[in-house]
Amino acid sequence: MAQGWAQIVVFLLVLTALVPLVGTYLARVFRGERVFLSPVIGPVERFAYRVMRVRPEEGQDWKAYARSIVVFSLVSWLALYLLLRTQGIQPLNPEGFGSGPWNLSFNTASSFVTNTNWQYYGGETTLSYFVQMVGLTVQNFVSAAVGIAVLAAVIRGFAARSGAALGNFWSDLIRINLYVLLPIAFVAALVLVSQGVIQTLDGSTTFNTLAGGTQTLALGPVASQEAIKELGTNGGGFFNVNSAYPFENANSFTNMVELLLILIVPASLTYTFGRMVGNRRQGWALYAAMMAMFLVAVGVVYAAEQHGSPAQHHAGVLTHAFDGSTGGNMEGKEQRFGIAESSLWTAVTTVTSCGAVNAALDSLTGIGGLVPLANMGTGEVVFGGVGSGLYYMLLFVLLTVFIAGLMVGRTPEFLGKKIESREVKLVLVGVLVTPLLALFATALAVASPDGTQSIYNHGPQGFSESLYAYMSQANNNGSAFAGYTGFVQPNAPGNAGAEAFSFANLLGGLVMILARFLPMIAALAVAGSLAGKRIAPAGAGTFRADSPTFVVLLIGVVAIVAALTFFPAFLLGPVVQGLTDQLF
Amino acid sequence: MNGLRRDLTTAAIAIVFLTLLLGVAYPLVTTGVAQLAFPGASNGSKVEVDGRVVGSKLIGQDFKGLPRYFQSRPSATEYSGDVTYFNNLGPNSRELSDFFGKQLGAYLKRERPFNPGLSADEVPVDATTTSASGVDPHISVANARIQAHRVAAVRSLPLSDVLDLVDEHTDGRFLALFGEPGVNVLRLNLALDQRGTE
Repeated sequence: MAQGWAQIVVFLLVLTALVPLVGTYLARVFRGERVFLSPVIGPVERFAYRVMRVRPEEGQDWKAYARSIVVFSLVSWLALYLLLRTQGIQPLNPEGFGSGPWNLSFNTASSFVTNTNWQYYGGETTLSYFVQMVGLTVQNFVSAAVGIAVLAAVIRGFAARSGAALGNFWSDLIRINLYVLLPIAFVAALVLVSQGVIQTLDGSTTFNTLAGGTQTLALGPVASQEAIKELGTNGGGFFNVNSAYPFENANSFTNMVELLLILIVPASLTYTFGRMVGNRRQGWALYAAMMAMFLVAVGVVYAAEQHGSPAQHHAGVLTHAFDGSTGGNMEGKEQRFGIAESSLWTAVTTVTSCGAVNAALDSLTGIGGLVPLANMGTGEVVFGGVGSGLYYMLLFVLLTVFIAGLMVGRTPEFLGKKIESREVKLVLVGVLVTPLLALFATALAVASPDGTQSIYNHGPQGFSESLYAYMSQANNNGSAFAGYTGFVQPNAPGNAGAEAFSFANLLGGLVMILARFLPMIAALAVAGSLAGKRIAPAGAGTFRADSPTFVVLLIGVVAIVAALTFFPAFLLGPVVQGLTDQLF
Repeated sequence: MNGLRRDLTTAAIAIVFLTLLLGVAYPLVTTGVAQLAFPGASNGSKVEVDGRVVGSKLIGQDFKGLPRYFQSRPSATEYSGDVTYFNNLGPNSRELSDFFGKQLGAYLKRERPFNPGLSADEVPVDATTTSASGVDPHISVANARIQAHRVAAVRSLPLSDVLDLVDEHTDGRFLALFGEPGVNVLRLNLALDQRGTE
């Protein structure tokens, strides 16, 4: 385990060292300042404003900002839905896949527009290169940019000294795509290709294997999508088995690059926040709270997976590590990643709202499988989705400030701004929408025959699959206990007789949309309400939010809200499995 | 209402512009550069023998229990490279436990004649579990060292030569730190075949 922990610690040190660099760059982009890429990208940016007829300096209040987001997302959704439904008549479709059914396309369009990237379909057996590029890759970029833009607007609200303007959504959208996501994704894609991640427009290839069989390899423009899929915390794989597949994640170097891509933006945004509100300690305090919760998550899943599973122990398989063998629960894991990197990835992908996987989550041990569920139960505030993680965390910060204010009997304030009744009500809406949607959808799914047809495993694992499906979609995560089925392809890749379950596809799609946009609008409303408030200088009686005490309190509030909401549900699924050696 | 109409127009133009940039230009330029700079890797790292493709060094294949070859890990997908899925059986699944038991029995039956006294406790976990991708190109070093006895005997090669080949085809940790060492089964088997024809 020492070897495993060394990898994890070194990785996190590299991440932490990059946070101030990337965080500073992001702050400059948010402020519209010149950066080193301006000479190249500036002309493209100005061209975009001209064709869109946008004046970037024209500020929007929170309502206008939110309206632009909703309209943009709606248009995105329609465009993607149409692309999916007309796949059969489009070019770049070497395998000749047909158009998507309405229910699956509803789910998929909702999934990619909300930055969830939940997939009921298998990429290489369902989607053409054209849809993967023109449909999904585009939404991988822009849905991530929307999340980051909202955070930029929210930060401006916290930092504003007067007025109601939170920035201009269209300008934020363009700048974040052009200056942040596109350049990093381009470089990262080429790094991945150099290691063996594929990037081609050729159709699949078939050959005779060494032992006299045949093997067909699906190909495609994978690296360009892989890079943005991680960077934008999207997570929807080109291949069905996602980043476990060697053509998406070739070796332990690409694995580390991809993990870094997932965390770099959400982690750095804490620094960006501190910088823009003029209190860097505050940024680091949020980073510390997130890192502390993350370490617990990775520690628990690593220990549980290294221990092995009851299925292994009953079969008489020894799960101790010894020279030349990792030991542990290697079911659904790749040799090149082993237990440590599979565990690290599982924690990273579920604290962020990425959802890409490099191991099979359905085959995790009971306690190992509890960790991703618990991570999502916090509402994805531990780093979280790009942008969304931090604006969600800021809602928790206000909640903590409010609770602390009640305890000491003073008017709560954060960064010199008074937190009053209106803000607290909005915070509660923002914090509670997601868990309510997750739990109601799960209850509906396990209590109705339409819902239970999606379940694959027996016993508590079947419940875990359902809970995971709706937790994942409500938190816009997208990872899955992949036994949970919404689309069957008996003759994949021919697709004859394929059938999508309307219940699972529609319920999931609705949950993703509501859980994405309601908290987002609540966060913007809070920022709009804070923007106009006077900043009072800190006095001796001010409860400081950048202190270690506050960090502990914040972690406590996040953990208590998650535990109070989800504990009964966790007991029925993963906890039962973690406590028993019985087979089902 | 006016603002809404303006938003709709702006959104439509934005989607067209961003689609051309991010959905067409970005993947196509990436493809172009990748094909020029890394032609082998971008097309699937294919391995050829006498000008014929026999596999990809990144994708494991089924060696069908042929005793002269090192065997890959169990696969839930029969080593499919075009229909991928996980096994998806839970940690307390009886079906999965039975599967492990069968794999363990088969492994011992195959290797024990060449490793006298080989016990279940010495079988590494990767030999009984399915990988995530279904096409894991690697097996653990411990697994390869056990199989080396069989391959050496069947091919009438000195064991030390086979073990040297195993070492040669072991992909180590990145920077000696990240990931786990693994023996690339296809490349190892190819090396054995080539040695046989020398």
